[in-house]
Amino acid sequence: MNSTLVSTGTEEKIWGGGNQPLKSSYGKLMMWFFIVSDALTFSGFLAAYGFSRFKFIDYWPIADEVFTHVPFLHGQELPMIYVAFMTFILIMSSVTMVLAVDAGHEMKKNKVIWYMFFTIIGGAIFVGSQAWEWATFIQGDYGAVQTKGGNILQFGTYKTIDGEEVFKRISVEDFATASHTERVQHENKNGLWFVDESALPAFSVSDVLHGLESHPEVLVRTQTINEEGEKTVLSRAASLEQVKNNGRRYVKGANLEVNEYGTPLFADFFFFITGFHGFHVLSGVVINIIIFFNVIIGTYERRKNYEMVEKVGLYWHFVDLVWVFVFTFFYLV
Amino acid sequence: MAAHAHKLEIFRGLIKFKSNTQKIWGVLLLLSIITAVEVVLGIYKPASLMTPSMSPFEGGFGALLGNIIFSGFIYTKSLNLIFIVLTIIKAYYITWDFMHMRDETKSLRRLVAWTVVFLICYLVFILLQEGGYIESVYTNGYVKRDF
Repeated sequence: MNSTLVSTGTEEKIWGGGNQPLKSSYGKLMMWFFIVSDALTFSGFLAAYGFSRFKFIDYWPIADEVFTHVPFLHGQELPMIYVAFMTFILIMSSVTMVLAVDAGHEMKKNKVIWYMFFTIIGGAIFVGSQAWEWATFIQGDYGAVQTKGGNILQFGTYKTIDGEEVFKRISVEDFATASHTERVQHENKNGLWFVDESALPAFSVSDVLHGLESHPEVLVRTQTINEEGEKTVLSRAASLEQVKNNGRRYVKGANLEVNEYGTPLFADFFFFITGFHGFHVLSGVVINIIIFFNVIIGTYERRKNYEMVEKVGLYWHFVDLVWVFVFTFFYLV
Repeated sequence: MAAHAHKLEIFRGLIKFKSNTQKIWGVLLLLSIITAVEVVLGIYKPASLMTPSMSPFEGGFGALLGNIIFSGFIYTKSLNLIFIVLTIIKAYYITWDFMHMRDETKSLRRLVAWTVVFLICYLVFILLQEGGYIESVYTNGYVKRDF
């Protein structure tokens, strides 16, 4: 008579809901669902990066000339080395994670603790490296002049290295001297309280132009990529003319608005994609720490299975997987 | 835990590891080698790989189809194509061995992999096609940018 009571009593039958076609637990399946959707988010970002790059295919910055720094090795141009190190750290921490999962299957608590510990350390090194990479990129190294049309003019000279004429960028600070200016930075305490202004550039365009005129060896390099796959270097006359006619402001480093290495879109995508990925690594480290302490206090020992370690492991490997693609499309291609 | 039987062979059975731990280190070695190859190629950039390996077909509809099918060889530098292929290989081993996709049921493998592969191909095709079109408008459409 009790028609509201739901008890199918058919769990063992095909349509009763008792079967598990994927032979996987609820938690792992939901983690896979999340990974699929997150993978699509990241591919959306990377595809958008590709879209913008295709739009400016002949003007895009060359990554090898942008990310050349390695900590403690000042003034040396070592493209790729540091990102390769970061990639290796992340793959290594993926390995310790999968070893932790493996030790979990064998119910070896101490091994799980140690492997998770190394995973967390690897993640922390990676996040720190990314922060350093950002700081270096934001600070910039040579400085450049932005034109009316938003293009970037970089400076350099031809140097003979091993009998070959190579164009080497030089810092604007090396040839331009800042002149005295009456212009002071507007602060809201001494003017309109609701108007703010960011720091004034170190040089005016006329400072750079005077410096350029008094250093005959300095040439301008534009954003345009020529047939050899290198950026175009202008003649001396064209260099002076470009800065004089089109120079609008001196820029150094990169932010969301300007980028001394080329189009600002490059910097925007760099901050956005590596930032989003770095945020994933950071949250991965936090989740790993929580699970790490759960392992220590013996939660999974009492539960008699370490599936939780496996689930965070899935997430952690996914973060590594995304980095493999970011590495390729931002630094290699 | 006999339920956690791992499949221990990679390369379609060419290499079979003795234990799961050994397989993990083997896959790490493979991934490290691939990354090292990428880095070396990225630093030295061999001149022979800096151009596409095929030139576009000329002619009618057949040529158009050919250009679409072989677009990776026609419009992408060989070096970049190598990077992309190596990346996909790395992604395969991370998913299959580190994320234990190899040990899941076939239906779960297909559910995850084909969904993602299909949607990403779709998205990438549309966005890159559109980006290339806008580039052609900028270049041929009287838009001045050199100022």
